[in-house]
Amino acid sequence: MTQPVYVGLDMGASRTKVAVVDRHGALLGHAVKKSGIDFAATAALCLDASLELAGAGRNDIVEAVATGYGRNNVAFVTSKSKTEIGCHAKGCHYLYAEAITIIDIGGQDNKIIKLDADGRRESFKMNRKCAAGTGAFLEEMSSRLDIPLDEMNNLARQATETIKLGSYCTVFSATEVLENIRHGKPVADIIKGIFYSMIKRVLEMDSITGKVVLSGGVVAHNPYLVEMTEELIGRPVLLPAFPQLTGAHGAALYALEATEAQASDAGED
Amino acid sequence: MAEDKQPQRKKIQATGQMMKIMSDYFYDLNDAGQSATRKVAWCTSVGPAELLRAMGFAVHFPENHAAMLGATRMATELIPEANAIGYSPDICSYLTADIGAYLKGVSPLAKAYSGIEAPPRPDVLVYNTNQCRDVQDWFNWYAREFGVPCIGITSPKNFTDVTEILVDDVTRQLEALIPTLEEVAGEKLDMQRLRETVALSRECTELWRQVLETAAATPAPLTFFDGTIHMGPAVVLRGTPQAVDYYRVLLAELEQRITGQVAAVEGEKHRIYWEGMPVWGRLRQHSELFSELQTSVLVSTYCSSWIFPDFDANDPLRSMAKAYLALFIVRSDAYKEEYIKQMLKKFHIDGIIYHDAKTCPCNSNSRYGMPQRLEQATGIPSLVISGDLNDLRCVSDEQTRTNVEAFIEQLEERS
Repeated sequence: MTQPVYVGLDMGASRTKVAVVDRHGALLGHAVKKSGIDFAATAALCLDASLELAGAGRNDIVEAVATGYGRNNVAFVTSKSKTEIGCHAKGCHYLYAEAITIIDIGGQDNKIIKLDADGRRESFKMNRKCAAGTGAFLEEMSSRLDIPLDEMNNLARQATETIKLGSYCTVFSATEVLENIRHGKPVADIIKGIFYSMIKRVLEMDSITGKVVLSGGVVAHNPYLVEMTEELIGRPVLLPAFPQLTGAHGAALYALEATEAQASDAGED
Repeated sequence: MAEDKQPQRKKIQATGQMMKIMSDYFYDLNDAGQSATRKVAWCTSVGPAELLRAMGFAVHFPENHAAMLGATRMATELIPEANAIGYSPDICSYLTADIGAYLKGVSPLAKAYSGIEAPPRPDVLVYNTNQCRDVQDWFNWYAREFGVPCIGITSPKNFTDVTEILVDDVTRQLEALIPTLEEVAGEKLDMQRLRETVALSRECTELWRQVLETAAATPAPLTFFDGTIHMGPAVVLRGTPQAVDYYRVLLAELEQRITGQVAAVEGEKHRIYWEGMPVWGRLRQHSELFSELQTSVLVSTYCSSWIFPDFDANDPLRSMAKAYLALFIVRSDAYKEEYIKQMLKKFHIDGIIYHDAKTCPCNSNSRYGMPQRLEQATGIPSLVISGDLNDLRCVSDEQTRTNVEAFIEQLEERS
């Protein structure tokens, strides 16, 4: 055995993320892949890639915890699971050990989670059954405009105006986008409008109080959204080095905590 | 979050007896519909059933039928039938499911009770808008369809106190129903019979209150999910001796459970108040979800809505008016919040779940800031889940599960 490691698997509807931490909770390895249609196979690929980065093997895993929509599809690694809300909270509190409001923008859902200084959840909210403000919204718009997702961030920066999209509904928003194209509006302005609409829908979910941490794959790939958030809430936000990994990292921290609790119980016995 | 836990759901022994009296009720209703002499009235669930029973009507409750459509998961396929004739998917999914079932010629009664094809044809429809306006639209549609009278009470709404002026208003409206009902029934209202019916209703709902209050014990001997099933007689048989007899049996069983410390949810760790309608098509799944989490959803506004302490045999019409006005759903938020606060204390609750039912605004109390106000006042955290009573197109099982599990994690962090 090289060193004991603890694994968190965040099986999101859009992307699978795996984090490997040491016995202090520090991130040793990680991997992200499209979840696809075979969650278990994707999880295995991510697991091995992140273990390799950590210089560890499957035998070094002391404990693992899964989270996300596909959390029950990784029985070959673990049957232990926590909700993604709990894991994002745990991961973000590890990085910022103070009272924080976490805004997590994922592929299929958004969350606003409020933590006290000890990392305990005071409240949380998830978006309703609607793509407004999620990564799925951006994906749909990228497809409608026939512009690759990874080009949208830079195009939005080139905008000179923000076109407002008023609808909650992704389909209606797409109609608004088409209307703007018909009127000859610059594509950059439309994309900035799409970003603006998206972040507005997220910020409307709850009151945004105190220090704000942004997490999730959408901000990881679109840093312009971070600047837009700061502009809209009127203060700087905290951005983890790996915003997409906070859920997986939190799951790994739960795995570590479970091991410590077991050890402590064994000691008492 | 739960690991290797199997749902533990304890069966209530009295269920067999309940099934029997419900079966007798539906067969009697069916007989009345086929009889040349008996009359059938359709009534809203907190409409003037006592008056109808006292006048000899067999009483059908379309809301009960709609809930059965939901529980049997027939509703979602039927709702579009009503949508197609102009009843929006955004309005009451009881209404749309029930009218859809009629249009399609199907009924859960046909599956459950051999020989019954559908609810009986009405001779009169009687509503009370204390629940919502939709019941009036719902009943009027059938009145046009069958060419029979549709009469009812237009209830005051959003008041805090049940004042004498309001009681006068509803009493007058009740009195105004009588001539039409007498004409349809072909007989005069017998006040003595009305007194007896009101007395039975009072007794039934008093026993139902005692049944629900057994859940104040720790561990709770019954859950909200049990309540949604066992409230059947309180809804469709109040005013009859059968309902009274049944609740005596059920109460005795639950009291025995308390004595034996028998929990409805094995290893009960958390105690939840459910605010809003059940998701009828997900009763079993939700019951199992909470059981897996060792969480007892043990009390609700919904099941408690069929407790009517105001019924008084000495003053039947006026006390009926009072009872129908005292209903939770028709009151102001100020009243509702005070009521819920008392319930939280009485039942030792540590979390509230609000079901925001897409098509039932009147039963969705999370839309005007109540969760935030109550949380601030009591310190008890809350969760709002989006869903619907009958339209499963509005339900996301995965979102519900994640939200509920995360909420229980939150409660665990606090304990």
